[in-house]
Amino acid sequence: MRSRWVLFVPLAIMALLFGAFVYRLTVPAETLIESQWIDKPMPLFDLPPATGGVAGLKSSDLADGRPRLVNIFASWCIPCRAEAPQLEALKAAGVPIDGIAIRDRPEDVAAFLRENGNPFDRIGADVQSSVQIALGSSGVPETFLVDGKGIIREQIQGVILQDDVPRIMAKLEAMK
Amino acid sequence: MRGAPLFNWCIPAKAGIQSGHEPRERHRALGSRLRGSTLVFVATLFAAFGAPATAQDRLPPAPYAYQQLADPAKEAKAKALMETLRCLVCQGQSIADSDAPLAGDMRHEVRTKIAAGESPDAIRKWLVARYGNWVSYDPPFDGATALLWLAPLLFLAVGLWLAFGRLRGGGGGEP
Repeated sequence: MRSRWVLFVPLAIMALLFGAFVYRLTVPAETLIESQWIDKPMPLFDLPPATGGVAGLKSSDLADGRPRLVNIFASWCIPCRAEAPQLEALKAAGVPIDGIAIRDRPEDVAAFLRENGNPFDRIGADVQSSVQIALGSSGVPETFLVDGKGIIREQIQGVILQDDVPRIMAKLEAMK
Repeated sequence: MRGAPLFNWCIPAKAGIQSGHEPRERHRALGSRLRGSTLVFVATLFAAFGAPATAQDRLPPAPYAYQQLADPAKEAKAKALMETLRCLVCQGQSIADSDAPLAGDMRHEVRTKIAAGESPDAIRKWLVARYGNWVSYDPPFDGATALLWLAPLLFLAVGLWLAFGRLRGGGGGEP
């Protein structure tokens, strides 16, 4: 009697596998890769200015005692445009923001700033994504919350939304 | 963690702005290789995905993205390493296989470090410290992968157990 039920075991296993495959096909895996470089000091770098009139960015700039945002962006990145008003709001609230422009040309960065405003104190040109890779970042836009000692405290992947602004300000305030 | 659907990575969103992250391109690779009638296919692809045409940078690839190291021994080391590093924006490909700009920049990074005398192991560790084990196709033995590594032994044990059971039971005949 028991052996008859055993016959169904392979079918049950197949059904389970089939179910698992269907599930993964309909609900794709989470593909965001979060940086592991959190609660660690900014990697050492010294980036030239991304465009005329705005200073370049080096890691020692980021340990001046003031908690800040480091925004990874690019002029060719369309979501970055959607993020500009939120960065402006943070800037207006007194949050220091530095930028790192990924694979960008000076004239394109200048045009981007003209169209979307310039919330950045400094913008470094990361032409070969080397600082982006050293930060464990994999796309644009991304924003890192950095404390006054230059330690990275949080990574935000994707666009900063309006709802995120108060939380970011509170977190930076708490770092002071 | 933030809401998942907004930050869908690899699939270009219909209207750029919907995707929080910019998928760092794939079109350049297509463009350079395809011609003639295949252009129609590419055009269809663009239409299908509606990827913003401006959503790719206009810089040339990094020097060592497509150029081998002069020293064949070092290039061999770099190549072997690159084949076991996962591209971050074109998941399922190694950085050796991908034409995405970020993959090119990572190849540049790897070749530059190899040229400077760093060992492949150290470079892998350097990347894993930033992107997690995700970036490596050579998963280490730890809590999360123990089953993966031990499964063959487990199945072997089960097989032996079944086989011995069968052999021993065989003498007694079927019940």
